[in-house]
Amino acid sequence: MERFHKTLAEGVELVMTQTSQFKTGVFSVTLTVPLHEETATAYALIPDVLYRGSRRHPDIESLSAATDELYGASLGPAVRQRGESQCVGFQCSFIDDHYALDGMAVLEPAISLVGEILLDPYTVNGAFDGEFVSSEGANLADRIGARINDKRGWSIFRLVQEMCSQERYALDKLGDAQQAREMTAENLWQHYQNLLAHSHVTFYYGGSAGVDRVGQAIAASFAPLLRGRQAPVECQVLDKPPHSEVREVTDVLDVTQGKLALGFRTGGIAGNHPKMPALMVCNALYGGTAHSKLFTNVREKMSLCYFASSLLDKIKGLMVVSSGVEFSKFSVAKEAILNQLEAIRQGEFTQEELQAAIRSVVNALVSRKDSQGMMEDDCVTVALTGGDPTDVNNMAARVEQVTHQDVVGVAHALTLDTIYYLTGEEG
Amino acid sequence: MELREYTLLGEKVYRQRLENGLEILVDVRPEYGKQFAFFATRYGGMHLRFHNEDGHWVDTPAGVAHFLEHKMFDSEEGNVLQIMAANGAVDNAFTAAAITGYYFECTRGFDENLRTLLSFVSTPYFTKESVDKEQGIIAQEIRMCLDDPDVEVYYQLMESMYQNHPVRVRVAGSEESIAQITPEVLYRCHEAFYRPENMVLCVAGNVDPEKVVELARQVLPHPGGCLGQADLGQWEPVGVSANFVEREMPVSVPVFELGVKGTPAPEGQELRQQLVGELVCDVLFCASAPLYSKLYEEGLINSSFGGDYESVPGCAYLMAGGESRDPRAVRDAVVAEAQRLCREGIDPQLWDRLKKAAYGSMVRRLNSLEDTCIELAQNYFRGEDYFNFPQCFQSIEWEDVRHLLEQWCVPERVALSVVCPVGTAGQERWD
Repeated sequence: MERFHKTLAEGVELVMTQTSQFKTGVFSVTLTVPLHEETATAYALIPDVLYRGSRRHPDIESLSAATDELYGASLGPAVRQRGESQCVGFQCSFIDDHYALDGMAVLEPAISLVGEILLDPYTVNGAFDGEFVSSEGANLADRIGARINDKRGWSIFRLVQEMCSQERYALDKLGDAQQAREMTAENLWQHYQNLLAHSHVTFYYGGSAGVDRVGQAIAASFAPLLRGRQAPVECQVLDKPPHSEVREVTDVLDVTQGKLALGFRTGGIAGNHPKMPALMVCNALYGGTAHSKLFTNVREKMSLCYFASSLLDKIKGLMVVSSGVEFSKFSVAKEAILNQLEAIRQGEFTQEELQAAIRSVVNALVSRKDSQGMMEDDCVTVALTGGDPTDVNNMAARVEQVTHQDVVGVAHALTLDTIYYLTGEEG
Repeated sequence: MELREYTLLGEKVYRQRLENGLEILVDVRPEYGKQFAFFATRYGGMHLRFHNEDGHWVDTPAGVAHFLEHKMFDSEEGNVLQIMAANGAVDNAFTAAAITGYYFECTRGFDENLRTLLSFVSTPYFTKESVDKEQGIIAQEIRMCLDDPDVEVYYQLMESMYQNHPVRVRVAGSEESIAQITPEVLYRCHEAFYRPENMVLCVAGNVDPEKVVELARQVLPHPGGCLGQADLGQWEPVGVSANFVEREMPVSVPVFELGVKGTPAPEGQELRQQLVGELVCDVLFCASAPLYSKLYEEGLINSSFGGDYESVPGCAYLMAGGESRDPRAVRDAVVAEAQRLCREGIDPQLWDRLKKAAYGSMVRRLNSLEDTCIELAQNYFRGEDYFNFPQCFQSIEWEDVRHLLEQWCVPERVALSVVCPVGTAGQERWD
């Protein structure tokens, strides 16, 4: 796998990974803007409305027909959050020319179709079609409302919302349901013009084609974006919780199983911080794998939780523990979860546990190169934060050097910020 | 060892049947950094009643295959998940209606991990204490599913479509049924179904096929006893048992699943029927077919809408679902569209396009070692070679699709399952 990172203009980048490992190519275009309450809904809605029709393909049926012609290219809107940035755009995956039964070239028409959808929308009276905007606005509002259906995801979402209530990070990347329902075509059109003019742009391609061929296809289809633009915004990383005491928040919903989530600040270890490898190992040791403290002790030995695991937001510098617990066991489970972290702080883990954690982090790093979707996501992220996601060997080597003492050190840097309970019982 | 080359797909698969009956398939992918192994038995949530060597019928509690899968991770040396995790491998398992599969992926130490996988799946080790404890864990999992509208809407549909076939039974069972599980039940089911002649090992990635076979030969036993013969229920009527079922749950918009009860494919025709069934779903449910945009523009569906063909021995059905403000209107429109297509036929351009798209998406799935191994295994169990799909695909005509539409998409074979917001059951629309 060979990686290219080219600046096409100021604030416009092309990241590529060239390989013939896969049967498909992946292309994406990502427009990055600061996440703001006033604009998040509109920016999240724009790709959905664009995806309803272009000038040449003015409805879903003809647009889908166009992707079907490209051997069922899978093309769709993407809205992501990276730290306090909102990244909106399109991802497209299409079979490599080599596997087309009729020998057609798929790459150029696929890239051109993405360009057409982003830059040449179907319009009515110089703005988006009002019908597209109202129906997609309603869909977006439903999607925001449907977050609650996945109770595990919901408990993490609510925890972060409470924990970062004073930071833009807590904003929903999808925006606000009410705003989505009330969006007008004219208003959205204005936001669209701003998005095209002011966002940071990342193009990504992963597949067998060379950089020249991809560069030419982009130049032919995205000319209006290829001029100087702003740099991405930095993410605000808090070293410690903004409040002196641990906050506890409880929501009541009609659920049979409770959810308990705990949010920690990572003491300023975020992004490309030198202690990041140690933090990744610490997370794996604590709750990131089936060999972890939480899995082994809280789930298996004590049978307190159906699941208990931890995850990192490496950009924002957060660690979140998520667990499924019976209502009556909330406080025992909370104690047990915190005790396991305390044990790590006291250095109570074996060399074998440490090695297992290191191996799992290395395995996860190396495996990412086998997934085009993950490579795309990693490359889009590093276009904002720096680093080289294809250089897994270097990162793996740093992870392998993490010592017992390093892990104890980062465990001490973790500070509990907020505890969230999702319960079904009143009171 | 047999080598099969599939030029259209650019794949090579080595195959070997061991003396004890185990089939081994190895898809060599030298460019991948990781290796994936999938070890599966033709045994799942629907194999509840079977007879063993003495010819006596044995009835087992609902959820036993899934329970067994959880308990297989206990070994005399400790929890296998942890042993594998210590070696840097990520392993897991799943139980579906007709299959239980164990798998791992790793980037280092493949031989040792494969040895662990093969040995733990073929060596039962259950104690009363660990079974009792697992009952608590699985009861939690069952309770968690009770909060999941997607799971509820699915089983509600299966119960309304099937009267007798055990595919209608929840794979995880219920809190009551799993309370009846004992170590003896687990040993008995393991002996009846976890047998090399009832299993397949699929490996993909950067591996040496000879080594895989050699390892499997070393590790796997030649067990005594004999294979359990499962009873999949009495004769199943052609039509569904209830056309409409609904229940309330805390959801914001109604979630629905529409089912079309089909006819199982004759032997040797399963891959073909699956491809035809998937094309039926495409002409009815996919975004480039006329119905989707009509429903979407009327606000009856959103982008969560989609459908697929499903089958297990003794059952074949189509399922389509998502969120809707008026699930009944979606159902009526689907049935009407099926009838229209049978009457008027399909635009030849649309037909070519849909086939092209379906082919491309099958090729795309082969990027995933996991999907590839699971498909190879499931198709082996039904006597098919999955990588023959390009040829099979090219032989399908519109007439095949039309025939299936005409036979299956009729009101008595259609069931609608709805999970609606609390306090709204009985309502026709949710605006």
